[in-house]
Amino acid sequence: MTDASSTQTAKAIGEERPSRLKEFWFYFRENRGAVIGLWIFAVFAFLALFGPWIAPHDATEQFRSNALQPPFWQEGGSTEFLLGTDPLGRDMLSRLIVGARFSFFVGIVVVSVAASGGILIGLLAGFAPKWVDTIIMRIMDIILAFPSLLLALVLVAILGPSLINAMIAIAIVLQPHYVRLTRASVMSERQKDYVTSARVVGAGTLRLMFVTVLPNCLSPIIVQAALSFSTAILDAAALGFLGMGAQPPTPEWGTMLAEAREFILRAWWVVTFPGLAILVTVLAINLLGDGLRDALDPKLKRS
Amino acid sequence: MLNYVLSRLLTFVPTFFGVTLISFAFIRVLPGDPIIVMAGERGVSQERYDQLAAQFGFDRPMYVQFWDYFTGVLQGDLGNSFVTKKPVWDEFFTLFPATLELSLCAMVLAIVLGLPAGVIAAVNRGKFFDRALMSTALVGYSMPIFWWALLLIIVFSGNLGWTPVSGRIDLLYYFPDPTGFMLIDSLASGQKGAFWSAIRHLILPTIVLGTIPLAVIARQTRSAMLEVLGEDYVRTARAKGMSPARINSIHALRNALIPVITVIGLSVGTLLAGAILTETIFSWPGIGKWMVDSIFRRDYPVVQGGLLLIAVMVMIVNLTVDMLYGLINPKIRKR
Repeated sequence: MTDASSTQTAKAIGEERPSRLKEFWFYFRENRGAVIGLWIFAVFAFLALFGPWIAPHDATEQFRSNALQPPFWQEGGSTEFLLGTDPLGRDMLSRLIVGARFSFFVGIVVVSVAASGGILIGLLAGFAPKWVDTIIMRIMDIILAFPSLLLALVLVAILGPSLINAMIAIAIVLQPHYVRLTRASVMSERQKDYVTSARVVGAGTLRLMFVTVLPNCLSPIIVQAALSFSTAILDAAALGFLGMGAQPPTPEWGTMLAEAREFILRAWWVVTFPGLAILVTVLAINLLGDGLRDALDPKLKRS
Repeated sequence: MLNYVLSRLLTFVPTFFGVTLISFAFIRVLPGDPIIVMAGERGVSQERYDQLAAQFGFDRPMYVQFWDYFTGVLQGDLGNSFVTKKPVWDEFFTLFPATLELSLCAMVLAIVLGLPAGVIAAVNRGKFFDRALMSTALVGYSMPIFWWALLLIIVFSGNLGWTPVSGRIDLLYYFPDPTGFMLIDSLASGQKGAFWSAIRHLILPTIVLGTIPLAVIARQTRSAMLEVLGEDYVRTARAKGMSPARINSIHALRNALIPVITVIGLSVGTLLAGAILTETIFSWPGIGKWMVDSIFRRDYPVVQGGLLLIAVMVMIVNLTVDMLYGLINPKIRKR
């Protein structure tokens, strides 16, 4: 009898890992919007990786005789340029496809830099003596007092306008959110019994930080990562739009919008499509983020 | 309560100092020598350069410069703009009403539409209205507002010709602006059509700037309402036969408002960031456009002072929200 139950427990423990993932997928799948978001994101990632090989034309090639040609369904359009051409005669569709990689790149780099930095500082604040914690949190308060886009704009002005500098600036601006989030979860986890017992058994501070506590703080951080992925894309596009992000002729979506601005009343397609691409991508990631939150953090929202 | 207020005020001091330090430091690391920039294309002789450096105090040690700046800030002296030669403080508060007017209109739009949308969605949870409203809210929340502005210009200014594309009022109107708020001043001027012109200029920027706060408020109201609707006192009210309308408005909404107010307070930063884009696109003569222009013109005192004033404004609003929150919700004060 005892044998049977102990094997059962052992089995349950052994199966815990895969079942966790299964449970996550179960809740995630329930949210139809999140699944749609995941699919769109998959397409976006695919385009980001293989864009230049899929695009019908070179993104920077200028077909001077076909400048400002409308999309194929409008009069004057042709199927050679499905979504029309821009003022310099470059193919819109190809530029949009190739542009996916810049936004994707921005999202990945900004989130990795901001999250890893933020988590480290947050863990430190949660475990360090009170005065270190106070200093760290005051510094974060200071960064948060500046509106993020303004701070990023000034930082880029200092560093010089380019996509890389825009990413650095956005990462710096987003990072305090991770610090606050990590610190808050560390604070609440630290008081729990399992941490005390780990300490009693003799776990060092580093082990407590990274092995014992951190894995239990990850859920909200993952959700935040998804949300800041979309913020990063939006901010980078905004900086590009203001002329402080990627520089022409890079087919970054925000920069494309800035170049197209003066043609808005003559050629609606040069303005509409890049923005639509930004909106759909950001929307998909936000849907994904909502789904992640529902699946990972049932306490937060299940509605 | 007094302790709570005092402790919150105390954290304000180091943050203020830090914000000043950062906006000061930024300008010192910006590429481009400010004096060379000021001299323009004609260039400057070494003699004149030294003279100017001494005049602006650039030749002294950094900490002395910072201390002078900091004590100046405390007395409301933020230096003069390189371009217009006017005090930064005066320029800021001349332009500020334009941004404030736009932001207030955007906030009113967001609250007036966002609160009912959230309540309707929560009450019809899972039904068509809920889904439609929340999908719309998510689209609004994901909107690149600079693109949204261009789309609205294409449709309403280009195709329909209903609204103007830029500025605060038509050029044919001229009147004194004692308050700086175009709506009030145009009405007070008594000129025929001036008020209407001001409104038409406001519509598109207000929609653009209000979109994201509107979506955030709608989403927040819905989730707060859902939480409150599950509480025991709502069930009790229902059990004693109160009408759903009364329950929703009196019992539920009032309690749901607490987190919503926080969100409204916190969106001031979002509004200011949005104002940068909105004002640039609509040539709205406010703080956002002024900052962008100054960054491009390398007008260091303006960038430095504007950054500082905006940050202080955000801090004051956050502090006020915190205090209000402590006033409404006594549990917070204990922390």
